This record gives sequence, C-alpha cells and structure tokens, in this order.
Amino acid sequence: MTPRDLLPIAGFAAAAALLPLFVTAGTWLNFMIFTLIICLAAQGWNILGGFGGQYSFGHAAFFGTAAYGTAILQLRYGVNPYPAFAAGIAAAAAVGWIIGVLAFRSGLRGSYFALVTLAFAEVFRVLANSAEVTGGAAGLLIKLDVRPENFQFESRANFYWIALALVTGALVLTRWLERSRLGAQLVAVRENESAARALGVDALSVKLSAITLSGAVTGAAGGLYAQYFLYLDANIAYGTWISVEALLAPIIGGAGTVFGPVLGGIILHSLAEFTKTLVGRIPGVDLVIFGALLILVVRFPPRDIPGLLKRWRR
Amino acid sequence: MSRVSFLSVQGVSKRFGGLLAVSDASFEVAEGSITGLIGPNGAGKTTLFAIASGFEQPTTGRVIWRGEDITGRPPHRLAQDGLARTFQIVQPFAGLSVRENIAVGAFLRHRRRADAIAVAERVAERVGLSAELDKPAAALTVAGRKRVELAKALATEPKLLLLDEVLAGLNPSEVRDIVPVVRAIRDGGVTVLMIEHVMQAVMNLCETVHVLAQGRIIASGTPHSVVADPAVIEAYLGHGAAKRLSGAAHA
Repeated sequence: MTPRDLLPIAGFAAAAALLPLFVTAGTWLNFMIFTLIICLAAQGWNILGGFGGQYSFGHAAFFGTAAYGTAILQLRYGVNPYPAFAAGIAAAAAVGWIIGVLAFRSGLRGSYFALVTLAFAEVFRVLANSAEVTGGAAGLLIKLDVRPENFQFESRANFYWIALALVTGALVLTRWLERSRLGAQLVAVRENESAARALGVDALSVKLSAITLSGAVTGAAGGLYAQYFLYLDANIAYGTWISVEALLAPIIGGAGTVFGPVLGGIILHSLAEFTKTLVGRIPGVDLVIFGALLILVVRFPPRDIPGLLKRWRR
Repeated sequence: MSRVSFLSVQGVSKRFGGLLAVSDASFEVAEGSITGLIGPNGAGKTTLFAIASGFEQPTTGRVIWRGEDITGRPPHRLAQDGLARTFQIVQPFAGLSVRENIAVGAFLRHRRRADAIAVAERVAERVGLSAELDKPAAALTVAGRKRVELAKALATEPKLLLLDEVLAGLNPSEVRDIVPVVRAIRDGGVTVLMIEHVMQAVMNLCETVHVLAQGRIIASGTPHSVVADPAVIEAYLGHGAAKRLSGAAHA
C-alpha cells in the first residue's frame, strides 16, 4: 500500500467530515448516520462477496450478533460500551468463522452458500425473538445516559464522525486487502477455485479469513446501530432487511472495488429518501426503487453504476 | 541412465464407478528431463495428472516424489512443495489482467505485492507475454492463453512442472514458437512432464516417452523407439494396424 493508494480515501474522509458544518438539521444528520451504518455493513459484505465471490444472503447474522453483543454486555453485565462494542465485533467475527468452517468445509458454493447463510441468519432471528437474554420479542432498550465516555453524545455530529471514522477504517482495510497477498488469492478463488488451488492457494483458509474479516466489519455496523438507536429487537438485528441492504449496496456501487459499497450505499439511500419525500411514506416504496435499480444495473455488464456511467459516456 | 528417480508413479489405479480410468500404471520421471506422456484420447492421461497433482485420490497405488509419498496431498500443498500443473482446458482468472494472473502464482513464494509483480513480469518475459501484461486474460488468443497458463504455473517457481496439452489447439507456427520456451524452462532447472498430442513437439522435446492406452502404460522409451513399437501403433490405429503398415512398407 503506497500513500497514493490512500489519497482518494483521505479525500473522501476529509470532504465527508466537513459536512456537519453545513448540514445541521437533525433529520439530515440522522439520514447521513444511517447511510454510513449501511455503508459499513456493505463494506463487510464486499470483502467476502465482492472480492471472494461468496454471495452471502445472511450478513444479518454478523450485524445482529455484534448489535446484541454490544447491548447485552452493557445491560446485563455492566460493561462499558466501548469494550462492549469491541467484544460485539469479535463475536461477529467468530460467528463468521464458524459459519465459514461449516459451509466452506463441506464445499458449499454459489446459491447453496447463499441459502445456508440465509438460514443461519433466520435461525438467529428466531432464537433472539424468544430467548430471554435478548429480551425476546420486546427487544432491548439501552439506558439513555448521554456521556461521551458512555458512547452517547449530545450532538449527532459526534456520532456522525465516529461512523465516518469506521467507514474510513473499512476503506483502508479494503484497500490493504486489494493490495495484499490475501486479496490476490481471494480474487483468484472467486475467478477460478481449481486454478487457484493449483497455484498453491489454500482456498479454505483464504475463504475463512475473508468471512471472518467480513463478519467483523459488518458487525461493527451492527454495534454502531445499537449504540446510535439504543433499541434492538430480533427483526432489526437479524432481519433480512440488513442482509439485503448489505449486498445491494456493493452490487450496485461495484462489487470487489474499494469504493463500491460506499457509493452504492449513498445512491440507494439518497434515492430512497428522495422517493419518500416525493410520494410520501408508503411502506416498502424504497424496496421497489431498490429492485428497479438492481434490475437496471445488472442488465448491462459490468453490472454496476460506474459501469453503467461508462457505457453512457461512450 | 543412472539419473535419480524424481517422480515415481507406482501401480496407480483410478476407478470412477464402473469405469477403470487408470489401471495399475507405473512410470518414472528423471530429474532434469522432459518426459512425455502420450496416448489416444480417453487413455487416462489427464486423470493420471489429476492424481499426481493432488486433485484426485488414486483408488490404489502411490505417487512418490523425491523419496516422499505424496499420494493424496492437497494441490495447494504440492504447489508449495514445488509441483505445479497446467490445465488442458485453460483456466485463466478471466476478470484479471495477464500481470495479475501470473502474480497469483508468484504470491506463493513472495508475500509482498511489489516482489510478486516483479516475478510475474520476469516470467512473462520468459514465455513471451511481455507485450500483453496489461490486457485482460480473457481477451487473449488461444495461444496467448496457453502461455498465461504456463506462466502462472512457472511463477510458483516449481521443481516439477506438469503440462497438460499446452500445445493443443495451436497452429504449427505457434507450436514452433513455444517449443523453445519449454526447452528453456527445463534448461532453467525445472523438470517437465508433458501430456501432448502434437507429435512434432514430442519428438523434438522429450527424452523419454510413456504411452498410456486404456488406462495402462503399454510402452516406455525414447520417442523414436516408442513410435515404432507395434503395441503403440495398434493402440492408436487399431488391432492389426502394425502388421498392415509394415506389410505396406515391404510391398
């Protein structure tokens, strides 16, 4: 990784960090924070799905595990939110590794892998909906205690900057991956697993590293969500909505690229917000827009927005 | 002929359900040699390669490499140990450039990206791909993709290279171009075992040839002795062909 590799990331972070100086309305900050959380979840998906070609439909498993981990450690064990957040991320990474061992060891690929990840997320959702430690169907409410040392802030802008710092960290991580041996081997496995193995790539261990990293990053989004909204239930933490958002954003913005998930996340949520102001709050209207956009994007190779723009320019 | 046995395939059989693809095959590859494995279509050559490179387990038999039993060792470990293979049906990483394709092989022994890329570029030069480094692998001609296949395997810095029909599908002038490349690889210290149908190249390159037919090794020796062997002629042309051919020669 050279300084030149990091320049676009630094540029993005600096520009985004200035936004709260101009945008002060609470609803807008709220929108921007939520979009960043989705971008972070999508960046996690991108490591496994974009670089590794292993399409997961169940990244909610990681999002929810870290979200519940962050909340439960605070509520039931009185742990400070920062270490609780870190532990939540570690738990999500561990869940990633376990799902990876079970799925990749038995050689699951393609749609079979997608279905198994979806099944894991659904099992977690059902369990969280009935278990006592997760508050069952009533969910968990993190006690309001607004102090910076308690990971709760008076001003939304502070939270925005923390979310931005995490998204920037994930961008740097992705850039590192792109330039590293692990990244090259992961892409090789995506393109042709047999050929990669013949060249000395330990496909299983490469995929396990990817799903563990992927789980950690998407987990960070979950922990952040819990800490920002201070409320969780099974349908939020382990719901299919987050699995879908985590995979739509990178696919639309450019899977397997560093900025793809962030670009996709911003486009998706701007569109959704725009539609809502246009047609009012019809439930599910944002999903209709997402679906239409997805169809449009995958209709033309290279099947993402940057590719679509390139086509039109020609 | 007292060269050390480098790779030794000992009594290998492979059964797929009711089909005995390889039947009690044994042969040796001497260190520093170019050895050929020829035979009619469906003889089991590629299966034998898959077994030697760890992609398939033999039903019975052993593969010994440099005194070590490597039967059933997974492909990525064999590659680490210095045994690389190419595929008959070329397997490029289609979305990647030629440089990145070769670099995947180079990353095996070079952790840093800059080193791996440098090795990839050196290997590209050896196989004549320097001008194509930035092109997507999918955009190359068949001959170009065969070279990429060769380059990827070479980039792992193997001691033994298994080439599965790298010349198939090439026109005669392309074959002529690649023959010296293979010889230079051997002269660079890499032992080569090649499956090949292009006899012009086999006669030119190989010191020893093993002939596989219906899963069995039916002849071994120098290329010239092997092509004159009646058993080999019959395997290719059918029962009685050797007799008829020699009859025609006498007439």
